[in-house]
Amino acid sequence: MSAETVKARVEQVYRQDSRRILATLIRLLGDFDLAEEALHEAFFIAVERWQRDGVPDNPRAWLVSAGRFKAIDSLRRRARFAASQPMLIAQLEELEQGQWSDEDVEDDRLRLIFTCCHPALAADAQVPLTLREVCDLTTEQIARAFLAAPAAIAQRIVRAKAKIRDARIPYQVPSRAELPERLDSVLRVIYLVFNEGYSASMGAELTREDLTREAIRLGRLLMELLPEAEVMGLLALMLLHESRRPARTSSTGELVLLDEQSRSLWDAELIAEGCALVEAALKTRRFGPYCLQAAIAAVHAEAPTAEETDWPQIVGLYDVLLRAVPSPVIELNRAAALAKRDGPQEGLRLVDGILARGDLTDYHLAHSARAEFCRQLGQVEEARAAYRRALELTQQLPERRFIEARLAGLQ
Amino acid sequence: MKYLCLVYSNEHTLHNSPDSPEDAECMAYAESIQGSGRMVAAEALESVQTATTVRMRGGKLSITDGPFAETKEQLAGFYLIDAKDLNEAIQVAGNIPAARVGCVEVRPVRQLNP
Repeated sequence: MSAETVKARVEQVYRQDSRRILATLIRLLGDFDLAEEALHEAFFIAVERWQRDGVPDNPRAWLVSAGRFKAIDSLRRRARFAASQPMLIAQLEELEQGQWSDEDVEDDRLRLIFTCCHPALAADAQVPLTLREVCDLTTEQIARAFLAAPAAIAQRIVRAKAKIRDARIPYQVPSRAELPERLDSVLRVIYLVFNEGYSASMGAELTREDLTREAIRLGRLLMELLPEAEVMGLLALMLLHESRRPARTSSTGELVLLDEQSRSLWDAELIAEGCALVEAALKTRRFGPYCLQAAIAAVHAEAPTAEETDWPQIVGLYDVLLRAVPSPVIELNRAAALAKRDGPQEGLRLVDGILARGDLTDYHLAHSARAEFCRQLGQVEEARAAYRRALELTQQLPERRFIEARLAGLQ
Repeated sequence: MKYLCLVYSNEHTLHNSPDSPEDAECMAYAESIQGSGRMVAAEALESVQTATTVRMRGGKLSITDGPFAETKEQLAGFYLIDAKDLNEAIQVAGNIPAARVGCVEVRPVRQLNP
């Protein structure tokens, strides 16, 4: 086999399987850093060996095995300095090939996700750690996506890995009893990644496709490994939001509201997949907030025009959602839906109620919703003041331009 | 692996809230951990008003009245347990009766390497 063919094959295996192999090596070696080092060495020697001996029948098992031997070598070198290493080396040498069967490998991927999203890790470390270890994004890519300094992201990842090691956070899929709570933490991490990509909190662009793509990839992986109702719900929610992405910005990069979007630009395939998932999830009767949000998105997706949206159904779904997870942001969204059903004066009444309680006073969307209702009611001065407040509160350029355009249009 | 579970609570509410545990419940819980073989030691502490803080500086002993830091919640007791991993330690810590009115800090015990 030519060197080029082998190299291409190694690269293909890396793209397809490097996270699986890493997940298994972490289990076998019990250490993230040692496993990462072993992973890279294994791929490095594969290029040379596969050229000499041919590509093995099961490249993944070959690479896990090679990584394990590399780790043993590396531990032997360190053993001169640490007394505990010989025992670990002996354990590693005794491992049989059967201990990384394909079934285990799938469990290992799930173990890796649950470990990276363990609630004992700092909330701001769970997202970068998951993107680094599960999605194989580099620290630089993560830093760029979150507009943070690479050194800061790297430090959060290093600290999280140190806590996993020193506090002994186990590498395991939680038991049935612990699952709901622990799954929440995983779903939250995926949703945070998606949200940051769907509506970037700062910067020149409205969306960051790389992040929504990674979040959906994570959602699909979790769905494949653990098809729980809320996992379906989250995946459906992301697919349905993603389906509208081409319509959310104009050709000049301006924000286009749901009412004004050209529905022919919505991705019908993603909508069909999302709606089917919502239906399947609702049938389980074990649905929660993600399914309900996905159901709301599905009602929008199924309306042929903005005017034909089934607002009473959306308001009803928000009522259920609000009972499940009381939150002022959901109240705000419900107010917007209610305004569509019953008129802007009703929406304004609800938003003013939320703001009067002291909730969402620094949330730009609460003020833009208020401004919108006032504008529709012809209360120009009130609308202007609310748009100005919203403008003070957002850093994102397309949103700023949108609000500025609305302000200019007020007469 | 050993974990120290430090029980913190506001002293005024520790014994006066509807969820406050009775001593008998605390004893029973300590005995159940003992029974599972995970207990190393556990004690409840007297009020923080009885605390004395000791420092040795430049060979000179300094003694002050009170805890090392004034905080809203005070150390009320501790459990030193033996657990397989953090998940198991969290299970034990979460079921400490005082966790209902205060909170429990779980800290892995560091092995000294002489």
